[in-house]
Amino acid sequence: MKNILNLDPKVIENARSCAARIAESIQTFIDMHTTVSIERTVLRLLGADGVNDVDIPIPNIVVDIIKDGGGLTRGAAYWIGNAMIQTGLSCQEILEKIAADELDITKLSMASTEKVQEKILPLAVEALEKIRNETSKREQYLATIGEGRQPYLYVIIATGNIYEDVIQAQAAARQGADIIAVIRTTAQSLLDYVPYGPTTEGFGGTYATQENFRIMRKALDEAGEEVRRYIRLCNYSSGLCMPEIAAMGAQERLDVMLNDALYGILFRDINMKRTLVDQFFSRLIIGYSGIIFNSGEDNYLTTADAYEEAHTVLASQFINEQFAVRANIKEEQMGLGHAFEMDPDIENGFLYELAQALMTREIFPKAPLKYMPPTKFMTGNIFKGHIQDALFNLISVWSGQSLQLLGMLTEAIHTPHLQDRMLSIENAKYIFNNARDIGEEIEYKRGGIIQTRAQFVLEKANNLLHEIEREGLFSTIEKGKFGGVKRLRDGGKGLDGVFIKDENYFNPFIDLMLGGVK
Amino acid sequence: MLHADTSKADAVAASTVDLTKIKPYGDTLNDGMMQLSFTLPIPEGEEANEAAKLIAKKMGLEEPAVVYSNDLGIGYTFFILYGKCRHTVDYTAIKVPKVDVDVMNRQQCEKYISDNIKRDVVIVGACTGTDAHTVGIDAIMNMKGFHGHFGLERYQGIEAINMGSQVSNELLVAKAIETNADAILVSQIVTQKDVHITNMTNLVELLEAEGIRDRVILVCGGPRISHEIAQELGYDAGFGPNSYAEDVASFVLTEMAGKKRKPLLH
Ligand code: B12
Repeated sequence: MKNILNLDPKVIENARSCAARIAESIQTFIDMHTTVSIERTVLRLLGADGVNDVDIPIPNIVVDIIKDGGGLTRGAAYWIGNAMIQTGLSCQEILEKIAADELDITKLSMASTEKVQEKILPLAVEALEKIRNETSKREQYLATIGEGRQPYLYVIIATGNIYEDVIQAQAAARQGADIIAVIRTTAQSLLDYVPYGPTTEGFGGTYATQENFRIMRKALDEAGEEVRRYIRLCNYSSGLCMPEIAAMGAQERLDVMLNDALYGILFRDINMKRTLVDQFFSRLIIGYSGIIFNSGEDNYLTTADAYEEAHTVLASQFINEQFAVRANIKEEQMGLGHAFEMDPDIENGFLYELAQALMTREIFPKAPLKYMPPTKFMTGNIFKGHIQDALFNLISVWSGQSLQLLGMLTEAIHTPHLQDRMLSIENAKYIFNNARDIGEEIEYKRGGIIQTRAQFVLEKANNLLHEIEREGLFSTIEKGKFGGVKRLRDGGKGLDGVFIKDENYFNPFIDLMLGGVK
Repeated sequence: MLHADTSKADAVAASTVDLTKIKPYGDTLNDGMMQLSFTLPIPEGEEANEAAKLIAKKMGLEEPAVVYSNDLGIGYTFFILYGKCRHTVDYTAIKVPKVDVDVMNRQQCEKYISDNIKRDVVIVGACTGTDAHTVGIDAIMNMKGFHGHFGLERYQGIEAINMGSQVSNELLVAKAIETNADAILVSQIVTQKDVHITNMTNLVELLEAEGIRDRVILVCGGPRISHEIAQELGYDAGFGPNSYAEDVASFVLTEMAGKKRKPLLH
């Protein structure tokens, strides 16, 4: 896109390099630490799955044993590899014996790290090969049946019952949806384990389990073949099990995953150290497997004012971009989030929303931006709500957004009903088609409302980034700069699951994925 | 002539609303016009339209007309339908339970405290259970308030303790006891599958088990909460959408002055 808003490229560059320094300083902290969820993820990638007779997932059982034996700082992969060497058993056999309480892998004699690496590496390579197979399946689908046009129509399913979800998802695909997100049940992000198997009970959403992912993937592949359009599947990996759910998503060919430490910190009160460390490993997996990640900046605007705090969204996008760069994620997979959440009573609010959307597009030209609909100012007046959604759709096609999370006229009332989704898809299709090339046709008045607003927001975001750099990201969050929500660095949930790695720490996947094994 | 006179008489009669027999209004008094939209789990077609009309008739709608129908992709059909409602209701006989209090503004509340209560009032609040929506309880309790109405924290003479969201009932009760609270405020936003009912009932049971239910004023609020539901569940009051700190404060203060309660701590 040309410089239609007359933004100063020097300010953009300045902001971006400042965000890079912020991310880098956190990266130093990240690289020193591991977490229980990262180690469970390593086990999952090595094939740990299933639950014991009281429904405790095998990865949790194994990690707890290693933790209690004081060995987590060396990495779960070390203990598994070592047990393979000492017992001559396979990885699967060892996992089974641990689950049956027949083997304590922390009590065996210890081989050198090099020996263990040799043992584990082939398993790790094999695990990544499976993920790459899924990635090629996606590519193959895209090459054969193709996909919808951007902005992709993205809808949410939330019945709580995976089998009911399938019916609604297939209906949505037939109505024209390009992306189906199965929203998670209330408070799953606070569970320090991933539930197992197909589930039929959830509040406000459905459990993210590997089996549920599989069931929905299959249903969407079928629907995609029928409508001759690849249907993307989205789920949520923020929370205490961030990397585990990302790994499950990679294994079951999810295409889009919500993944944002800041969201967990601010909106779920998850400890910032825990989730930033988790985020890095989960983003490595996401980057590696061709998944588009979505960040959650849009949520700030539900607790803070969208007009006043617009710059916090942009500043956070810059930071999220830099975290993603460090996890080897391509720009084409950076689904940075923002939203149409200004008070509808603001005079010229539409122009400010347009300015924000055009600005975001211009600053992140290749990113598949995720644009969120009005939610906070939606009311029981569903008729007005449908118009609010229409204005949102118009801005999206106008400014070239990528993932359009469709607004529902019933947003203030309940999770979407079947007919709500049809009406919102119809709304978006009508407007996208009717105004398809509007963005190409329009130039903006120099010094007019739109240009001035975009320049102002960029300037303020840049200032905020410099302030964050001076303060440090942790203190900035402690002071409530994002979403007006304050969180302490040692507060929140999950800090007891963070460990300093010792110098012999071993996790085969970090190097393999950073190196991008072909 | 005669004909014209009758129609004129009708027109006059029709323009006075009989409050004991009211009906929906489209463009003529008592035409009973209603607009509905809904989905039936059957494929689109003549039979589907007929089914929609039969449903409407059973609901008491005469001359139902399906003005739009569309397949939803899985052999289900969406309808927009108009019909004329047969039923009437007696508006004069309606009684809705409402929080019965004269709402005072912040200054009046503060004066009320210094005149009648003569000590600091302690109010503990939280969004409870798995509910993570803080905006509602913040609107009531935090300094900043909502829509230009300051929150309880701003009130002189009120100590407002906002515990935030995802707070367990146990924790909330413990905090209330610890701070010797005069009132507990509960916010419930997520109502799917009636989680809020289970959760709010559990709090009442907990307070009863501790033997302290009658020593504290118990108030709930949220977009789907009404005073009626609140009372059914054993709360002293319930507040719905667009309520502000002064509504709650007025209720709590008047209750405190009206009925002497034993304090939680003794
Ligand atoms: C903002 C928001 C969020 C934010 C919350 C941020 C935060 N920190 O609060 C985020 C993004 C985190 C979020 C998450 C979820 N949300 Co939400 N969210 C909303 C949204 C858009 C606005 C709510 C809001 O802030 N309203 C503004 C406040 C001021 O209004 P209020 O809460 O009604 O409060 C007023 C009154 O009700 C009253 N009041 C409220 N509490 C109290 C208490 C007392 C004592 C008193 C006196 C008065 C009172 O006074 C207030 C001021 O007047 C609504 C949709 C909507 N437009 O309503 C959905 C909505 C509430 N969310 C919903 C859902 C399902 C969820 C999720 C479960 C989705 C999921 N599966 O992940 C998660 C769950 C989180 C959880 N564990 O609870 C549903 C609830 C459906 C239902 N009826 O059960 C809604 C309706 C959206 C929808 N259509 O699906 N959400």
